[in-house]
Amino acid sequence: MIESPSITPPQAAVPRGATLRSGLQANPLLAVGGALVLLIVLVAIFAPLLAPWAGDAGTATHPFDVLHAPSASHLFGTDQVGRDILSRVLFGARVSPLIAAVVLVIACAVGVPLGVVAGFAGGWVDEAIMRVTDVFLAFPPLLLALALAAVLPASLTSVTIAIAATWWPWYTRLIRGQAASVAGRPYVEACRALGISRLRIIFRHILPNSVTPLLVQVSLDVGGVILTASALSFLGLGAQDPVPDWGLMIAEGQSYFTPDWWLVTFPGLAILLTAFAFNLLGDGLRDLLDPKRSFLR
Amino acid sequence: MLVFVARRIVLAIGVVVGVIIVTFAVAHLVPGDPAATWAGPHASASQVAQARKFLGLDRPVAIQLVSYLGGIAAGNWGVSIHTHRHVLSDILTVAPASLELVITALLIAVAVGIPLGLTSARRPGRPADQFIRAGSILGVSMPIFWMALILQLIFSQRLRLLPAAGEYSPGLLFTHPLIRRTGFPIIDALVAGNWPMVGSTLSHLILPAIVVAAYPAGLIARMVRAQVLDTIGDTHILNARALGFGERQIFGRFAMKLAWNPVAAAVALVFGYSLVNTFLVESIFDWPGLGSYAAASIATLDTPAILGITLFVAVAYVVANLVVDIVQAVIDPRIRLR
Repeated sequence: MIESPSITPPQAAVPRGATLRSGLQANPLLAVGGALVLLIVLVAIFAPLLAPWAGDAGTATHPFDVLHAPSASHLFGTDQVGRDILSRVLFGARVSPLIAAVVLVIACAVGVPLGVVAGFAGGWVDEAIMRVTDVFLAFPPLLLALALAAVLPASLTSVTIAIAATWWPWYTRLIRGQAASVAGRPYVEACRALGISRLRIIFRHILPNSVTPLLVQVSLDVGGVILTASALSFLGLGAQDPVPDWGLMIAEGQSYFTPDWWLVTFPGLAILLTAFAFNLLGDGLRDLLDPKRSFLR
Repeated sequence: MLVFVARRIVLAIGVVVGVIIVTFAVAHLVPGDPAATWAGPHASASQVAQARKFLGLDRPVAIQLVSYLGGIAAGNWGVSIHTHRHVLSDILTVAPASLELVITALLIAVAVGIPLGLTSARRPGRPADQFIRAGSILGVSMPIFWMALILQLIFSQRLRLLPAAGEYSPGLLFTHPLIRRTGFPIIDALVAGNWPMVGSTLSHLILPAIVVAAYPAGLIARMVRAQVLDTIGDTHILNARALGFGERQIFGRFAMKLAWNPVAAAVALVFGYSLVNTFLVESIFDWPGLGSYAAASIATLDTPAILGITLFVAVAYVVANLVVDIVQAVIDPRIRLR
């Protein structure tokens, strides 16, 4: 006896041009992700108002309050120099999410034009650009960023440069595929035949066709960049004390970890929650906007 | 098939040369004068000049690149500033421990990820599916250095169920000495029939392997789900249904068959990720592999060692992708024609 499982993927339940509302109903994970991302953005904006000890996000020290367990006055406890961990975690929403934003803007600014040129020009230009991206993509993602950050002086700027320098090839590859497929279509050939300039074709026809997949990919990548940046900070290559960076807080708390578990636990939960929120959002957006694309890039 | 394999190998060699050039470029980004560093803080200007000549840094960059490429090919990967040994021999000494960890983690990830992906694809959109999808996204969102610390706290410090660190209990070496043959302690112990040592290595392996498995398991579960949902409406599946095969067979045998190829690709991908992830996990568990070596090199700013590991892991990743390309062509003959 054959049961009747639904044989169509859930994406098919959302017709083309579906409203955002029916999309959210079909994919509750997208709604959860969106709400969490909104929450994180609000925390980042209003951190000075939300943090009970706003000064503790900086250089403050309280030698008589070191390593206090979570209590009513310090909900997440205090760290090795007596700073309130809750305040530092809240201010941390301004550090790695901001790095992720800057990294992705730089990566797009480099990767998208290269991809457009490769896909539109074709020939040896295309070959040259794509072989270079192949080499960059031959490194596992974190590896090259780690090597770069290790030879540069330890700072948030180095981390941003190191990650951006290794992230652009993904966008070049994505946009090149889009551009090449659009460049061969009859209406683009018609534009050429009409003598419309290349720049105009690129801006009016090629880029608009690439916006949706680019948006989906960028939203999927935010979580990855945040994890990479935290990992580099954890290894001591990124933020330096007293920046309230979550990865750095874990690295500093590591030596006090037993028995003072709160030093590591809360900053780590913040990283997990942030990466999870952006990944849920990206995953949901992909299902909603771009159901054909596989999540493996 | 031979033509396909040959072409893939040539492509891979080209990529490896590119990878070496990028590593060379990173080495030349190091701020400061390497000759001055090498000669020491109190060296005179002429000694620094001599050092520059000795290190070959006075030659044009293109010549330096060619000799660097030649050196890499000949196995001369430079000398570690920290250990004063050849970087390549250091790496080959520690690599087996990392491979043991990563391969165990990937086995766990496949064993967990495939059933979860299949269960998820069975009734898409239902609570079980939503739960597994959320879980797999949680897996790929995990800061694994944090997960390592938390699991260590719970299972070794609080519950005292598993050892916190090391590859085996060092005390066992007195009663059940480990004869090193392959460099993989678990294999050496198995071959020698050294059962207490096998038990000890396994119990030490569990926590780090679970931590390294988190990301791959999430990725494989998502992958299998997407692939199975993609094929489940195909005619051959309808055919199998019409022939009266049970649902378990439909999913596990017919739908999964087409998912094996992408899963193989995902395994190559996560092999590379996991090797890098050991950089974050091994030092926490005091696991004597590439990751601990890398973390120590980063902490001491040991540039030759850092670049050596970068190159080694990148080449291992290229080779893994090459192997998977060939395996895929064996599984699916259509690929050979592309």
